[in-house]
Parts: sequence; structure tokens; C-alpha cells
Amino acid sequence: MIRRINLTINGDKVGIDVQPSMRLLDVLREILNLTGTKEGCSIGECGACTVVINGNAVNSCLIVIGQCEGSEITTIEGLEKNGELNKLQKSFMEKGAVQCGFCTPGMIMSAYALLLKNPNPTEVEIQEAIAGNLCRCTGYKQIIEAIKSP
Amino acid sequence: MSRKVIKSVTNLYDKKIERLAEVPDEKLPPLKNNKELKYIGRGISRIDGYDKVSGTAVFTFDKILKNMAHARILRCPHPHAKIRKIDITKAMNIKGVIDIITKDNTEKIDWYDGDTFIFDEHLRYQGDEIACVAAENEVIASMALKKIEVEYEILSHVTDKMTAVKEDAPKLYDWGNISPDANPAKYNRGDYEQGLKNADQIIEEEYNTQFVIHNPTEVHCSTVDWNGDHLTIWDSTQGIFAVRNSVAAALKIPQNKITVIKKYMGGGFGAKLEAGKYTVMAALLAKRIGRPVRITIDRKEMNLAVGNRPDSYQRLTVGVKNDGTLTALGMTMYGAMGAHRDGAGCQWPLRSLYKCPNVKVEEYHVAINTGRSRPFRAPGHVQGTFAFESIIDMAAEKIGMDPIEFRLKNYAEVEANWEIPWTTKLLKECYKQGAEAINWKSKRNKKAGEGKGPVKRGVGMASQIWWGTGGPPAYATVKLNRDGSVHVLSGTQDIGCGTYTILAQVAAEVLEIPVERITVSLGNTDEHPYGPSSGGSMTASSVTPAVYDGALQIKAKLMSGASALLGVREDNLVYSQGVIYSKDDKNKKKSIQEVVRETHEQILVATGARNARPQGVMLNSFGAQFAEVEVNLETGKVKVLKIVAAHDIGRTINRKLLENQFHGGIIQGIGYALLEERVIDHYTGKVLTTNLHNYKMPTIKDAPEIEVIIVSEGDDQISAIGAKGIGEPAIIPTAGAIANAVYNATGVRIRTLPITPDKILNQVYNIG
Ligand code: FES
Ligand code: FES
Repeated sequence: MIRRINLTINGDKVGIDVQPSMRLLDVLREILNLTGTKEGCSIGECGACTVVINGNAVNSCLIVIGQCEGSEITTIEGLEKNGELNKLQKSFMEKGAVQCGFCTPGMIMSAYALLLKNPNPTEVEIQEAIAGNLCRCTGYKQIIEAIKSP
Repeated sequence: MSRKVIKSVTNLYDKKIERLAEVPDEKLPPLKNNKELKYIGRGISRIDGYDKVSGTAVFTFDKILKNMAHARILRCPHPHAKIRKIDITKAMNIKGVIDIITKDNTEKIDWYDGDTFIFDEHLRYQGDEIACVAAENEVIASMALKKIEVEYEILSHVTDKMTAVKEDAPKLYDWGNISPDANPAKYNRGDYEQGLKNADQIIEEEYNTQFVIHNPTEVHCSTVDWNGDHLTIWDSTQGIFAVRNSVAAALKIPQNKITVIKKYMGGGFGAKLEAGKYTVMAALLAKRIGRPVRITIDRKEMNLAVGNRPDSYQRLTVGVKNDGTLTALGMTMYGAMGAHRDGAGCQWPLRSLYKCPNVKVEEYHVAINTGRSRPFRAPGHVQGTFAFESIIDMAAEKIGMDPIEFRLKNYAEVEANWEIPWTTKLLKECYKQGAEAINWKSKRNKKAGEGKGPVKRGVGMASQIWWGTGGPPAYATVKLNRDGSVHVLSGTQDIGCGTYTILAQVAAEVLEIPVERITVSLGNTDEHPYGPSSGGSMTASSVTPAVYDGALQIKAKLMSGASALLGVREDNLVYSQGVIYSKDDKNKKKSIQEVVRETHEQILVATGARNARPQGVMLNSFGAQFAEVEVNLETGKVKVLKIVAAHDIGRTINRKLLENQFHGGIIQGIGYALLEERVIDHYTGKVLTTNLHNYKMPTIKDAPEIEVIIVSEGDDQISAIGAKGIGEPAIIPTAGAIANAVYNATGVRIRTLPITPDKILNQVYNIG
């Protein structure tokens, strides 16, 4: 049964006609072509699919679009404003917090949600915020550095 | 600069790899002194950073084509079975299902060196392929998998190698379960028995290591598209040419009818070194339905069917004199290949780390009913080094010697397998600097486990040797445009390690122009000259010298063009920062842009080649790692506090990227030492760890403090760049260093990986 869902995605208001049972991740990637959000595990364990919904970091593989009516959603594509990367994105580049880059969008979105609430997090708070984001390549120290210093 | 074709010889494990390759005829001029280098060696930020942090990087997983169908694979739920009958009628009737292929409606296509077919009726593991569905979307394809009816003849299975070698075990092949290539694979040096007789002490120990899964964050996937008789494959692969050649052979079409493309990729670690069956299935389906097909492997399939590090049982014997001299080293090992043939051994650390005249090895590689083993970051060396460096630690203790002193006592000055010298070996320096950085003398418990209280601390160390160092064939084309911008192209791939960036640094160094003016294209079999598969720590060491050669050729063309334009002899010209001057008259000059324009060229092009490997010498990287751990004897939990990694890896090309590679390797090593394990229920033959909840990979909370020390400069016998390679070295000694540190902290030796709390508690309290 198709339903209309209204959302704000990266600042734009959109209405999508969709099966309410579709995962938010699939709506983003397949309907809205926002492929910056990745899928790594499909069960909420890797964090690659993290987006920010109403200010909170959420695994978009665990949310169905029917739950999102009226939400404000930010994906990795929404951080760059007027051709300028968000300072967190720049800091990930400068601190070498990226290797293959597949975990990076989710990692940045978890960190972004943290900084929205807590602009000066401690190292422990950063660890908590990204404990659900797996990186198989880089190690984690550079990622902490990047989140500490944007 | 002339060229010649040579037979390039590389010793890799017991293989002597010979390949024809075109190489520069003469030794290329060396790099400038380190201090004068502007780009090489600097911690330049990766040039693909923007794409990756902005979300615009298109990985194979993101490759979407118009009118594309989605494919999923039906896999065998049993560890061992034969297909009696497949019925696809119900599945085909689902709305949105486009096509289904099985053994019944496709030709037999050989796979795994003729061990099996793309679709085999004999299913040898849980996860073996039965059918492939193309549908309008993935959800429908997955639904269809459930509606395919398969009648199985269930066969008895064996999922444990030590059971599989018994006479009455169920057999996977006509040849039995022990690979004809290793039944056993033997190595003998000197007189092992005599070596044991000469020993004052003999230590004998058994070690077991687990299966682990690569689990890169991007799953294996391909998108394929036929255009007439030409097939384009976007693949998440470490080897575009390997994929092209295998798929061409499978489909019986010429290689020039296939283009393989890989741009960005979410890691591989060895699992993506060969073409997957899934790519061939997608190509077959795409041809039949006349539409592009995207195929993805889900996380469960990743943990069942696309590779793992083999496990090992190792019985080691060390003979040693009371003064610390090693007199004999022996190893009997069994490693499980999984259901198809692949290497499962781990003898090389024992054969090559230390000086010992008498060595005896026997290895058995065993087929069992599980997914096939694949190379995984430093294949063999990770398993082997854990066990060997553990027993070396014991030997040192037995004769009352400090573990570092013991290693120095048995330091190998020549490579013992071929009795040839190394180009460079700075392992002594690694011991020295690493020991200082971890504070070896003050942090090490004189007596293992002597610390007070239930939370104990200790330090331990292990060494590493790895192949790496690269070689020909490897080529790179360098193009200089009229505006002075440069394009570097090579048919290798950047699997996340930073190949794009380091190749730009090399071109920037030679042409003395900023990295921002350089673009690097990799990963296209049609457009790029041949570049090697990305594995074995050999990409940087193979391809950077080719870029160096190509850029030097461009520079030579520019000098000769400027000479004609300025009327000044070439030896009277100097090249500086992209401008060519007359030595006598600084006003006589041409920028590189002017030379290209005024010689009426649109573009200058040169293809550089990797130089030949030096002969009569051995090339290896070396390192020593030191771990400081804390072990809670009430919970059994091990916490790694610090790892110091001191390595001889030749030249550092980019310090920032090097830190990534080392940190990543160390953390994977911590996963191997403490957390990761593919668990199988041998009774049902099923894998119990098929998702990332059950399969434990390290998170940020498992990451210790890490200090990386590079003791080496460029090794100019290897190439003008002199890099040895950094992908594998950091993972190799991590588990051994941690296990030895755990012993130093607690007085308890864990001989079976991973070192989980139950194993610690059982030993501490003498249970079981
Ligand atoms: S894909 Fe959502 S957490 Fe892994
Ligand atoms: S950079 Fe590859 S998974 Fe994090």
C-alpha cells in the first residue's frame, strides 16, 4: 500500500509516495539517489548507514520510512553548504581520518550529531558517539583527532 | 631511455614466479637527498579526500545504471550435499522476477582451477552456489530465493581439519581431503635430528589459530552491462586484470571484449583478489535478459562464501643451547583450505626470521566442508608468527635470556633459504628503537605475573618479516597537457590505501609541480597500461618506480624541446620548478607549458616501467612490535594499552597514509589476537557467526595508543623510490606481541587464539 510521506531532507521539503515498510536506507539510496549513505551489515551493527534524524544519529537500515513522517533528515550530502565542506568534513581530510572511505559518511554523521549537542566533547564522549561505527581500515585515532578539532 | 624485455623472477613463499616484463635498460637516476624532497615523504592529505568526505565518491556498491536488474544468489544451507532436483517454477511466477539461472539451464563453466563449476551439483559447503535470480529489485530477488525448490541428497560432512585427515572421514574429492600439493609439503635444511642432539634444551609446544573473515566494509559486488558483444564490469576488486582474464575465460570471449572498472572500493584485505562466481553469474543473466545487472553479496554470504584466513594447528619444536644459540627448528602443521584448494600453510616466519642451520617442516593442507580460504593480509605469516614468536619467547625464558637479547643472538645476517644477503635489513634498529619507546627495561616484569593485585600489567614483543618490495611488470603512463597539468594513469587500483595520492606525489617530485596539478586515474583495463593487483604490499613498491620513470621521460622530452626552442645545448639547461633555464643566461627560459605549446604538441605522453628486481640478493621488510597489556584476572579480560611498531619498510612515501596503514593493520591484529573468530558447529556443519553482531571486529573501544617508528630510508637497490611496502607488516607480529605480553603480565601462556577471557580464567584457575 503506497502512502505519501513528507520529510525534510538536507533542507529540502520532499513528499515521497512509497511503501511505508521500505527501509529509510533504501529510500535514500534508491529513490532519492543519495548513495553517500552506505550499507555495511543491514542489522544496525556497523554504522555505515548512519544519518541524522531530528538531531539524533540513527542507523537508517533499522528505520522504515513510515516512521519518518515530518522528520528532518540530514545525510552526508547535506553537510556541504554553498560549495564549502562542513568543518568536520575538512577535519576528516586534514587529520587523515579516511582510508577506503566506505565507513566515512556514517562516521561523520555520528560525529556531526554529537557536535550538534555537544560542541566540545571529551575523548570518552567521542568514543561513545562512534562506538557503533566500524572502520576496518584506518584505525581510530585519526578519527578521534578529526572530531576533536574541527 | 631504452627498454628491454627481461624474465623477472620473484621468490614468493616456495614459488619462483617468473614473468616477462619490459623494464628500463639502465638504472634510473636516484631521488634527491631526503632533505631536498618536496613531496615524497611528506604527509600530504589524500587527493581523493573530498570525494570520500562529501559522499560523492561512487563505490561499486553505488553504481546504478538505467534499467538495471538486481541479482541475488541462492546458497546451499547444508555443509555437504548433492542436488537431486531444482524447481524454479514458483519463483519465476513471482511478479518482478525476470530470470533465474541454475546448473540446469547454463553451460558447465570450470571454476577454482577445475575443482568445480560455476554451478556444481556437488555442494561442498554451507554457502555453495545453487541458483542466481535477476529481479526488478533486491527485495523481490530475495523473496524469489525462498521459492526455489531444491531437493538435496544430504552427504555426511566434516568441518574440522583434524577429523578430515582421518581415514574414515567423509571425502570431498577423489583425491581425498589432503591437498595433493601439500601431503605433506616438506622443507628440510641442514640436519634437524643432529640439531636436536646438539641442543641443551628442547621445547615443544602446540598452537592453534582460528579462522577469521576479511569482512571489508563494502561487500563484494559487481554491476555488469553488455553493449552488443562488449561487456563492462564495475567490480569491487583488488585486481582488475585478474577479473578480466577470469571472466573472459569463463565466458569464452576475447579479453578485449571486456572492460573492468574499479574506482572507489571499501577494502578487500585479500578477499577481493580474484574474480567471484557472482560476477560471472551477473554477466550470464545480463546477457540473457538484455539489461544491466547489479549483484551484491550480503553480510551473511560474506561470512560464508568469499574467503577467510585458514586456521592452523602447529606443533613446534625448538632446540637451543644454554648460551642462546638456536640449533634446530621443527614444525608440523595442519591448515584448513575450506572446500576448494588454496594455500593454508604458515611455515615462513619459522624458516626465515632467525639464523638456524637445522630446520624441518611438514605441512598438510586439508579440505573441509566450509567456504574456501583466501589470502588475508599477510597470508600464513600472521598465523605462523603468533606461534613461532610465542615459542621463541619461551625458549628465551627457559635459558634465562631477555627476549630481545635472544633474538639478537640469533640474528640472521643472510637469508637462510637461499643463502643470499638482503638488500637492507634494519631489524636490529627496530628492536632498539621499539624497546626504548615502550620502556622495555622498566615495564617488563622480571618474573612473569609478579605484579600485585588482580589487574596485572606486562609487556611483550614479536618480530616480523614480509615479502613486499614489488617488481615488474608494472607500468604507468604520464601525460603532460598544454596548461602544465599532468595526468598519471595505471591499471593498478587504489583499494583504500592511498595509491592515487602517492602516485601524484612521485610525479610532482620529478616534475617539480604542485600535487594539485596532477590527476591520477586507476582501475580501468581498457584505458590504462597494466598495473599489478593490489595485494602483498606490492602496489606502492611496484608502481611508484613506473611513475618515476614515466615522469623522467616527460622531463627528458621537455629538456630536448626547450633546447630546440632556446637554441641552447641540453647539458647547458637546468630544470627547476617547471621552468627550464639556460645555465649561462637566466633570462633564456621556457616554462613547461610554453615548451608543449611552442613545439605544437597538444600533449606529451610517456609510459614508464618498473625496474627489474636486483638478482642475487633477497628483498624483505622487517619490524618489531611491542605490546603493553593489562589483564584483569577477575574477568579474564585483556586490554591492550599500547602498541609500538618499529619497522624497516624502505622509504616512507607519505607519512600520513603510512600511519593509517599501520594503525589499521595493528587494530586488525588486535581483532585477531583477542576477538575475531568464525565459529562452526561441527555437529551441524554450520557457521554460527554470520553477521557483525556475532563476528566481533574491533571498535574504537578496543583501540590502544599506537606509536609508529620507521627506522628506514629508501632502499635504492629495490628501485629509485626504494619503498618496500606497508600493507601487511603491521598486522603480522601483533598477536604474538600481545600473547607474550599477556604471559609477562600473568604468567599464563595462551596457545590458542583468540585470547578470550574464558581461556585466561581457565588457565589461571586451572580449570579444564
Ligand atoms: S548497515 Fe546499518 S548499521 Fe550496518
Ligand atoms: S576507511 Fe575503510 S572502513 Fe573505514
